[in-house]
Amino acid sequence: MNTELTGVVVTFLLSVLLAFPLGRYIAKVFRGDRTITDFMNPIEKFIYRICGIDPARKMNWKEFLKAMLTINMLWFVYALFLLIFQDKLPLNPDGNPGQTPDLAFNTAISFLVNCDLQHYSGESGVTYLTQLLVMNFLMFVSAATGIAALVGVLNGLKEKTTNSLGNFWSIFTKTITHILLPLSIVTALILVFNGTPASFDGKDTITTLQGDTVQVSRGPAAGMIAIKHLGTNGGGWFGANSAHPLENPNYFTNMVEMIAQLIIPIAMIFALGFYINRKKMAWVIFGVMTVGMLLLLIPTLNWEIGGSPAIAKLGVAQPMGAMEGKEVRFGPAASGFWSIMTTIISTGSVNSMHDSSMPLSGMMQMLGMMINAFYGGCGVGILNYLIYIIIAVFIAGLMVGRTPEFMGHKVEAREVKIAAIVTLFSAFLLKAGVALAAYYVAHHPEMDWAVKPGSWLNNPGYHGFSEMLYEFTSANANNGSGFEGLGDNNIFWNVSTGIVLILSRFIPIIGPVAIIGLLANKKYIPASPGTLRTDSMTFGMMTFAVIIIINALSFFPALTLGPLAEYFSL
Amino acid sequence: MKKYILPSLKLTIVMVVLLAVIYPILIAAVGKMAPGEGAGQKLVVDGKVVGYALVGQKFTDDKYFQGRPSAVDYNAAGSAGSNKGPSNPDYLQVVQDRIDSFLVHNPGVKKEEIPAELVTASGSGLDPDLSPAAAKVQVKRIAAIRSLDAAKLTALVDQQTAGPFLGMFGPAKVNVLQLNIALDKLK
Repeated sequence: MNTELTGVVVTFLLSVLLAFPLGRYIAKVFRGDRTITDFMNPIEKFIYRICGIDPARKMNWKEFLKAMLTINMLWFVYALFLLIFQDKLPLNPDGNPGQTPDLAFNTAISFLVNCDLQHYSGESGVTYLTQLLVMNFLMFVSAATGIAALVGVLNGLKEKTTNSLGNFWSIFTKTITHILLPLSIVTALILVFNGTPASFDGKDTITTLQGDTVQVSRGPAAGMIAIKHLGTNGGGWFGANSAHPLENPNYFTNMVEMIAQLIIPIAMIFALGFYINRKKMAWVIFGVMTVGMLLLLIPTLNWEIGGSPAIAKLGVAQPMGAMEGKEVRFGPAASGFWSIMTTIISTGSVNSMHDSSMPLSGMMQMLGMMINAFYGGCGVGILNYLIYIIIAVFIAGLMVGRTPEFMGHKVEAREVKIAAIVTLFSAFLLKAGVALAAYYVAHHPEMDWAVKPGSWLNNPGYHGFSEMLYEFTSANANNGSGFEGLGDNNIFWNVSTGIVLILSRFIPIIGPVAIIGLLANKKYIPASPGTLRTDSMTFGMMTFAVIIIINALSFFPALTLGPLAEYFSL
Repeated sequence: MKKYILPSLKLTIVMVVLLAVIYPILIAAVGKMAPGEGAGQKLVVDGKVVGYALVGQKFTDDKYFQGRPSAVDYNAAGSAGSNKGPSNPDYLQVVQDRIDSFLVHNPGVKKEEIPAELVTASGSGLDPDLSPAAAKVQVKRIAAIRSLDAAKLTALVDQQTAGPFLGMFGPAKVNVLQLNIALDKLK
């Protein structure tokens, strides 16, 4: 095996090896057992005291959601305000301007919902103050919101019958102080000592060896890059994200950043097993997700390492593979691997430009986001998977002619309706957005907007359609990566994706929390020989089939118009 | 609602202080011990700063090893890839032009010897590296201009090549700026 493939395999195996103990640790944190981060306990208690929070006070699912949504709303207003007025605030050594209201709307939502779609460039569109007080801050708290939602759901599943999902504020605070902050400090320090800047110095002007004068953007980036991955956020300090040599200096940091983004989503699966004591179910979920991931990854690696057929026709050699939009220090294998991981787990950071990936690699990236449950984002990945489970339970129930059950509770019409709405609404949002955009490009290219629809696309033909499809897929999955050729910093894209972002974040959180809130309240039915076992391999395959069918029906036509058509025309 | 707003407000303020003030300052403070004091590691030649070790530079002069095409012309005030799709005809024409231009500047090199990374733009526009093959294909040109022995230049590229990480993971690479600094010192 060559060194590029070895790097990919070892990175993945290391992630799983580290995620397993981390999962056990996370379960301990939320059970309140002793852990190695007990030194953070005084800080945690101090936070409760000054905020007037009683961590022992239980919340039912409605109170839990109210607490979560209130604080999220507050963060939105806070972020919007800072972004618009950033030019008048301190810590702006490069003299960058304030954001326009529509851009600030999009950016505030985007970071609030853990998506990090960036319609600005980090070097020129934000200041050090907003990078830290908005981006860096929201990266922590949005990840903690997702994890807290999942832990609330697990609290509902843990007891036989309960109306409590735990205390949102306490779970949230624990997530920050015991999981995200300690891991971020370690990761950030690794990055700093490999060359990522952390100081507050502004742009530097240098004369190059050849005698040109250029500027070099810098700033306190390392801390943000750590949480950007650990929290599966993905928004870069620099415009080129983790392809930028200061944001991701070498192959080692590339492995570290990759492990950082994989580790919590995978650990949450094991944490589920330990926390509600369903280890077998955790392994089945992990198995299904890993098989799905490999089905997307292996063909992608093949296409990227194989090189571009169009470049091959020009007669040059492609010893490395397809190199447009990629960095030499990573090569096509690590770039292709990253492109799939970042899309299946909703990080959305990139170490190569996805717009220049091979057509079908682009399709695999989009599929990863459409499914959005192969590992998935911090906490929310499992919530998405739970929706698929509820639908699988329902269909399996129909097949055997029994009222479906999940973890000892009857799944009835109301729960199935919620699950169906969450699934269908997501597909609707995505496709309606793309349809609207494509309509303007095709029929009103000269529309009198600041940026004419005819100038949105950076590539003609099928690939242009893929750029629009990718953007809405990314917004809808709260992913944040993009086919960045798209001219997206204008009213249409800022507002439309902003709306998609907020709906596609909170509906898939509210849905599962409500389902489990309702289920947990019902009478517990002990398992009998006639019970459909949700921790068996058979049920795992059933869930997998449901995932494939739902997504194929929803998205195959759209994918045909974009990446598939481009592939067959190349 | 008041039941939720007040704790939310207080929790937000505490978290801003912890996560957006204390955390970055802590990293910056420890970062002072890192190479370049956490502000980027600079390369100095004869007491003069010539660039950042990690940030690629533009080399247009034929007497230097040239890096990869850049969508931002190597101005590190920004960063970006070309974002050109693989089927874009304009893009393929640009690549064709780069191939033609390379062949003109490098007489004796055949088209099929040019590795694609030399004629395709990098992801950041600031890629500091070349593959060893992409550096070696330029040796003949530089040897002729500088009247140096080609074998000596090939040896220089080998000496400047960083192998895979730990010898096992990822591709081998040559830092173009460091290679050119070493080239200028070569007699």
